Amino acid sequence: MSAVSSARAPDPDAPVVLELAGITKRFGPLIANEAVDLTLRRGEIVALLGENGAGKTTLMNILFGHYVADEGEVLVAGPDGALVPLEPGSPRAALDAGIGMVHQHFTLAENLTVLDNVLLGTEPLWRPWRSTAAPRAKLAALMARSGLSIDLDATVADLTVGERQRIEILKALYRDVRILVLDEPTAVLTPQESDGLFATLRALADHGLAVIFISHKLHEVIAAAGRVAVLRSGRKVAEVPTAGIDRGRLAELMVGRTVAPSRREPRTPGAEVLRLDRVSIAGAEVRRRLDEVSLTVREGEIVGIAGVSGNGQTALAGLLSGLLAPSAGTLALDGRTLDALTPGAVVALGVGRIPEDRHAEGAVGAMSIEENIALERFRSARFQRAGFLRAKAIRDHAETAIAAYDIRCPGPHAAIRQLSGGNMQKAILARALDGEPRLVLANQPTRGLDVGAVAEVHRRLLAARLRGAAIVLITEDLDELFALADRIAVMFRSRLTEPCAAEDVTLKRLGLMMAGHDPAEVA
Amino acid sequence: MLRLVPRIEADPKLVIAAPIVAALAALLLAAVPIALAGAPVIEAYRVMAEGALGSRFALTEVVARATPLMLTGLAVAVAFRARLYNIGAEGQLYMGALAAVWVGSGRFDGPAPVMIAAVLVAGALAGALMMLGPTLLKVKLGADEVVVTLLLNFVVALFVQMMIEGPMKDPMSLGWPQTEAILDSATLPKLIDKTRVHAGLIVALLAALGVHLMMKHTVVGFEIRAVGAGPQAARFAGMNVTAAMVTVGALSGALAGLAGVGEVAGLKGYLTADLSPGYGYAGIVVAMLAGLSPLGVVIAALWVAAVFVGADSMSRSINVSSYVANLIVALALLSVLLSGVLVRFRLVRARAPQRRTER
Amino acid sequence: MSDVVDIVLSLSFWVAALRIATPLIFGVTGALICERSGVLNLGIEGIMTAGAMTGWLAVHFGAGLWTGVLVAALAGAVLGLLVAVLTVKLGLSQHVAGLAVTMLATSACYFGYRVILPGVTTPPRIEPFQAMHIPVLSDLPILGPVLFQQTPLTLLAVVLVAVVAWVLARTPVGLALRAVGENPAAVEAQGLDVHRLRIAAVVAGSAIMALGGAFLTMSAFNAFFFEMVAGRGWICIALTVFASWRPGKALLGAVLFGAFDAFQVRLQQVMGGVVPGQVFLMMPYLLSILALVVWSRSAGYPKALMVPFVRGQR
Repeated sequence: MSAVSSARAPDPDAPVVLELAGITKRFGPLIANEAVDLTLRRGEIVALLGENGAGKTTLMNILFGHYVADEGEVLVAGPDGALVPLEPGSPRAALDAGIGMVHQHFTLAENLTVLDNVLLGTEPLWRPWRSTAAPRAKLAALMARSGLSIDLDATVADLTVGERQRIEILKALYRDVRILVLDEPTAVLTPQESDGLFATLRALADHGLAVIFISHKLHEVIAAAGRVAVLRSGRKVAEVPTAGIDRGRLAELMVGRTVAPSRREPRTPGAEVLRLDRVSIAGAEVRRRLDEVSLTVREGEIVGIAGVSGNGQTALAGLLSGLLAPSAGTLALDGRTLDALTPGAVVALGVGRIPEDRHAEGAVGAMSIEENIALERFRSARFQRAGFLRAKAIRDHAETAIAAYDIRCPGPHAAIRQLSGGNMQKAILARALDGEPRLVLANQPTRGLDVGAVAEVHRRLLAARLRGAAIVLITEDLDELFALADRIAVMFRSRLTEPCAAEDVTLKRLGLMMAGHDPAEVA
Repeated sequence: MLRLVPRIEADPKLVIAAPIVAALAALLLAAVPIALAGAPVIEAYRVMAEGALGSRFALTEVVARATPLMLTGLAVAVAFRARLYNIGAEGQLYMGALAAVWVGSGRFDGPAPVMIAAVLVAGALAGALMMLGPTLLKVKLGADEVVVTLLLNFVVALFVQMMIEGPMKDPMSLGWPQTEAILDSATLPKLIDKTRVHAGLIVALLAALGVHLMMKHTVVGFEIRAVGAGPQAARFAGMNVTAAMVTVGALSGALAGLAGVGEVAGLKGYLTADLSPGYGYAGIVVAMLAGLSPLGVVIAALWVAAVFVGADSMSRSINVSSYVANLIVALALLSVLLSGVLVRFRLVRARAPQRRTER
Repeated sequence: MSDVVDIVLSLSFWVAALRIATPLIFGVTGALICERSGVLNLGIEGIMTAGAMTGWLAVHFGAGLWTGVLVAALAGAVLGLLVAVLTVKLGLSQHVAGLAVTMLATSACYFGYRVILPGVTTPPRIEPFQAMHIPVLSDLPILGPVLFQQTPLTLLAVVLVAVVAWVLARTPVGLALRAVGENPAAVEAQGLDVHRLRIAAVVAGSAIMALGGAFLTMSAFNAFFFEMVAGRGWICIALTVFASWRPGKALLGAVLFGAFDAFQVRLQQVMGGVVPGQVFLMMPYLLSILALVVWSRSAGYPKALMVPFVRGQR
């Protein structure tokens, strides 16, 4: 992260451009936002901080019209400066009022060109022709002014994540927004790319743009924003200028209590468990390819795999999960070379896997908790006899897991999709760690979880490490990476760097490696 | 303004009530076409009820017509559970019937139990093979099985015609093309004298029970449910999704094939091109009305059969076209779909957000 | 072999091919509009049946031919609205909802027929569209007979393909349509109404599908027979995949199909005694399955096809 703080102290005389007053939103019994007030002035950058589930995205979705608040209103400054109520529930109204949003999951049609995506919705639908000369000129001027450049005629499907984010910002600028909202904009960027983004935002703010960005990363909030509003459990619990504030205080505000970071006890690694020797997986896209990857993981150690998503982590996880077979190289478990890899075989060999997407890959939503916990081993003698399921055995096993992992649920018979993210992940953890696996693959294990659930997952992984499991941790969360990993390697364009000890890796060095630079070249 | 809001948990009472309400709604809506046909509505309902339920004979007729519907309904329910949309039950039924005739009309003979077993196995096998192709095409190539099975229905209809007019034609039949008759030894015996209820009913009921037990209590059923409800998670957990889908496809086709065997070896005795008045398609409605439950299929099949028998009665006495039955069945499918929405969602009145009174 | 070449090179062959292809052209064009917006419309078979019957019935009761065409399109639009409400608004399974509408439309048509024309054994004939004669165009060397001496509905079909291609590629509404089938979230984020776009697409597509049915009763044959659509709707769905959801390729696919059908008619005349007629009748369906299977994996699949869009679901 750049040492120079790009944040500027808030100017109390700048005119107010946006006011959220008393926003309350409920989803059934869950209160997502409770009486939240927020004011935004021209030219400032405000960060909305909170852990997963605090209500940040819900609040911004209400602002942009994706949701309608149950109580409260949104006021936006008109061209004359007077605050006017914004029509709720209409992204069109928000756009017309000068509000633009860069969503966390990009809203781009991949089959269309950049220009098409920018112009979508800007021309009247009844018109039987399209005129692109004026828009092209305007976009050229915008690109010059903001420093963001992109080929207007490229098809979005061919572009990188960083380029796609540029399109999202240009889309908003093209519509002459005066207020720009960004939802977790750095989730898919390297540290250096994040610096670049905030420099761009700073430049735009100097021209009068008001910016809100959502984040759960303390360091970037302090560095990039002039003011931070902290949400916790749907309520705004603090709003302070960022000048002079320390991360510990912010973390406390965010979580509501002092948080002890996960502590990693020293542990001498034992025998080799996993060995990948120049493994390659052929594939058309980078994300599905491995290019001569070598890796050794020993008993009692956690190897953290960092990297911007889309650089081959999916392929690595697929390999270790048994979903993908290598086209070259060897994979050995406990010294034994493995040939035919299937998920079933991998499970039988004592590999516990926590998949990236718990909803699609980790659990069958409509089936019960007990069925999901037994999902990998329902053919074992433990859970079936002569082709018939042993219902009692399945039920008992689930009840043991529910008690051990403190899974909050109506009971083992309840459908697993009713559970919160954290509880569903605990059930998946119970399944993956069942039988004390030799190797554990944890792929983004705490994505989307609140701090309590994150702590629990970390605790379990560290406990597995202590008792001798070899753990491969693939994560985009750098805090998690440094908390858990003994050694760190980086995936870039389907290749894996040589792992080095976690103590020897600085954030700057890591960022360079994630962007593909050889850290030896840079001091 | 009304909005649909998802319910957190499906109310079990609603889940049972929904299909019943749907069936009743369809019957009530039938009043419109009946009135348009110029017939007295109340009288029409009376005739329909009497025609379907009013006499011992009527009831047996309903049971006889429900038998193939139970089997095609099971075929569809089993497949839909695994998200394999088998719309080809009609064609699989005909192939089953064709195989039964091929095996049972005189190529060889034997004691009744052997012959009956032979035609049942032949029919089930033919139906299973018929569904194997579309299933493999879906699993390996991602080809939409709905369109493939639909198109195959037309192919099978023509193929059956070709067989009946050609290699399998009964040389003794005068004019109307039909196959040779099934031997007595291969005929499914009548269960009740002087009615059309035949042993195919036992096959259907056993099949329903078997499918129910399989789905709930066996490893195979567990896999089918998982693959249908979460194919990605099932694959991740180590299940062989392809094998599971193929099993489901074969089972589904076999059940539909058995429906054909029943019609030809238990009811008619020989095969003609118009053996089935759309039992394969009606099976879809039966399965949906049953909520894809094997035991529910039995009840739903009886209801659909009653509608058809009642409509026949209506057409004879008050001159309302028997196509009203198809209309009622189609309305029932729509009603079931709509009632499914109300089970999963609630209607709420969306309020405009209130302003805070003080600033 | 020379017989084959003779057949294919004869002008009358291609005239027949385009004529046979006409209902398919309407059907595929309508289907691809629906699917480009993200909705698989399996009501097509019922919609074509309804178009066939209502158009013919209107003319039978005294309306002009073009009024009949309009009535057919209207029937298609109404059924399309039903499909749209079920799939777009209520998010029901597009497979089952479409089949339900097909069953409803077909049974309503057959029942309606019996009510309106009780006791008739052969369906009453109407005076169908006649072959056109347009001053300059009909006398052009090849295009003349093949395109401009057809009945008006065939010309309409070809013109419609051009119009739809233009709209999709070069108008704002076409852009919105192409986007909404790929990523509806992108469309909503730009302030457009996803549901309205999809409903409009399905209604328009269904009206066009119905014209395919109308052609059968008002041009090709001149009466309504039960089961006359004979699975053309499903063939069109298969051809949509072959066409990669592009209007130009759809026209090509339909014409090739019509050509094949025209060819096997002539082939049957030659080989009729040896090979049973049913084999030839099977070919269109088998060919459609082949087209569907071979082209299933190709690019161009609208990514949001069959995925219902729920507002504000993030």
